[in-house]
Amino acid sequence: MPRAPEPVPVASNENTMSSTQVHHSTAAVRTENVTRHYPMGEGLIRAVDGVSLTIEPGEFVALLGQSGSGKSTLLNLLAGLDRPTSGSVVVHGRDLAKMSAEDLARYRRNDVGMVFQAFHLISSMTITENVELPMRFAEVDRAERAQRSRESLERVGLGKRLEHRPSQLSGGEQQRVSLARALANRPRLLLADEPTGNLDSRTGEGILNLIRDLSLSLGMTVVMVTHERALAERFAQRSIFLADGRLASEEVRA
Amino acid sequence: MTSYDLFDLAVRNLRQSKLRNGLTTVGISVGVASLVAMLSLGVGLQQLATRRLAGSGLFDTVFVTSRQDFRGFDREDDAKQPHPDQAPVLDEAARTKITHLPNVTEVEPEIRVMGEVMSNGETHFGFVTGLPMSARENEAFDNLKGKFFSNDNADEAILLMDFAKELDPKSPESLIGKDITLRYGERQALSSEQGSSGVAVGGSDNAPSSGDDYGFSVVRKQQPLRVVGLIDQEPYGGMRTVSRGRIFLPVRTTERLNMVQFTDMRSSLRGASGKTYMTLTVRVKNPAKVQSVQDAVNQMGFRTFSVLDATKSLRRFFTVLDLFLGIFGSLALAVATLAIINTLVMAVLERRREIGVMKAIGASDSDVKRLFFTEAGAMGFMGGVLGILLGLAIGKAINFGTAIYLTKRQLPPEPVWSMPPWLVGAAIVFSVVVSLVAGLYPAGRAARLDPVQTLKYE
Repeated sequence: MPRAPEPVPVASNENTMSSTQVHHSTAAVRTENVTRHYPMGEGLIRAVDGVSLTIEPGEFVALLGQSGSGKSTLLNLLAGLDRPTSGSVVVHGRDLAKMSAEDLARYRRNDVGMVFQAFHLISSMTITENVELPMRFAEVDRAERAQRSRESLERVGLGKRLEHRPSQLSGGEQQRVSLARALANRPRLLLADEPTGNLDSRTGEGILNLIRDLSLSLGMTVVMVTHERALAERFAQRSIFLADGRLASEEVRA
Repeated sequence: MTSYDLFDLAVRNLRQSKLRNGLTTVGISVGVASLVAMLSLGVGLQQLATRRLAGSGLFDTVFVTSRQDFRGFDREDDAKQPHPDQAPVLDEAARTKITHLPNVTEVEPEIRVMGEVMSNGETHFGFVTGLPMSARENEAFDNLKGKFFSNDNADEAILLMDFAKELDPKSPESLIGKDITLRYGERQALSSEQGSSGVAVGGSDNAPSSGDDYGFSVVRKQQPLRVVGLIDQEPYGGMRTVSRGRIFLPVRTTERLNMVQFTDMRSSLRGASGKTYMTLTVRVKNPAKVQSVQDAVNQMGFRTFSVLDATKSLRRFFTVLDLFLGIFGSLALAVATLAIINTLVMAVLERRREIGVMKAIGASDSDVKRLFFTEAGAMGFMGGVLGILLGLAIGKAINFGTAIYLTKRQLPPEPVWSMPPWLVGAAIVFSVVVSLVAGLYPAGRAARLDPVQTLKYE
């Protein structure tokens, strides 16, 4: 896969977008009546129950709600980690529900970056190796891998700690590594699941500032799950509230 | 994921739990070592047996007789063929024809005649046997005192030690280099005039083609010979139809002397033309070609005999032995397989979260599967290499032990354990394949892990 040698990645990521798909939809994300039901004993849990929403390219959206409201399940559906029971999830013009497992893996590898509450770094690897890991799956050659992981880590302010292990870093720093890893394959969509949940409020704000700056400079769409309404209102352009797997309300920041 | 990254990640993962993976690898190596040691023992024993039998000169030799002679040797076979009288005789023409068959290296008549040796005014009776130069390879000459014939037409003799003791009971070795006189019967053809006198058996009246047709006379002759060597046992060189040979001469010398043979009487009765042979000993290039030579000679109408059938059952025996040794040796490897499965299943459980993360950031199911496969294969490879080394050590110990045992019993030490080069490669490949098979289940299990579940609980 040829890649343009560009120092700063930009929104148009040619290698993941085929020209035929762009015409269908201009939205970054569009779900239509998407459901995700789990069998539980005799009954059925309707974790996501008929959600239709549209997210524009470059938008920073917060998904809010109580625990069990279905916000994480919805995020997993957008990430291609989970498949909907019914309905469609269209990201950059492609319906994830219709993709093969192999295509979904490729989608996660090239189109999406994920940040988790628990960081999910691999403790036996240095932070550089952690950031390089998704590029290994994408078969980026070694020289470019080293260069891009350094760039990513510099961008999140960890350029001087490349050979450290996650355990040698603070929580905030680990979340920055996780963010750098999410950016490694230059995704157009960043999904963050409670990225500040394990951090104190000042550090959490720092991370969200960073995410917002990256979103703006890279033209990246961001969907963030959080239960902290104050943070959502400060950083997200739009807050979507979920309750019992359904859309409850929506607030757009002025 | 590229092969390099796959291998790199696999080795990195294996090094994460050095003790556990190390122990598993040692387990595999013990399994491979026991398999290799057992199979090498089988190979070693087979080589030992082959060495012993090849030394006897049996395995590359076909004995040819005319079906006119030795009737009733194989009645069943005789019944299927035309009457033996119709069968061809083993004469010079047949010998030449057999000599020109492919893969035949040597065709020598079996010559075994009565003779007398004159020594210090006494006569000593013994059977005289002609030996081809190739007999030097026979294990009977392993303990040759003196030397072998200088050429196949020399006036030289090698004596059996027993016979030498008869000639000189005090110091039989002192005979080497001395001259002895051999008294024997020479076969002289009769001319047709003599034949008509009725002394010898005549041929057909209307077509006498050679003097031989009228029979032969036996004339006593003497021949001085130099004793060049002494041997303890008679080399296997023929059917041993008459008696043990005690005096050995180069085969050409015996032919040149034209010694009268038992079959001469038979062929004179038959009235066949010329000289015939009782038995021809045909040496074949290698034991594998014996069957084809045998078939070709049978095709010519002669009866053949070889010990190929004996080798067949011997080979069958060793195949069975190898199988049993292999099964026995594989038991340890089967146990090692369970160890691999256990280790990898543990690794999958332990690395649940890591597998989930890898999938979340873009690893496909097949990436995860291949990663665990590579780990299993790497353990198998290292176990295989270690196992070969361990097996070599066991083999050295077995050979060392047998050597001590044999030496204590005044026997020459001989290796009973031999690792052929192909076994080294085969054992490593086998070890890797077995490990990959063992990795099937854990790798499949890892690949099927649901990332949502693995990342949920922290």
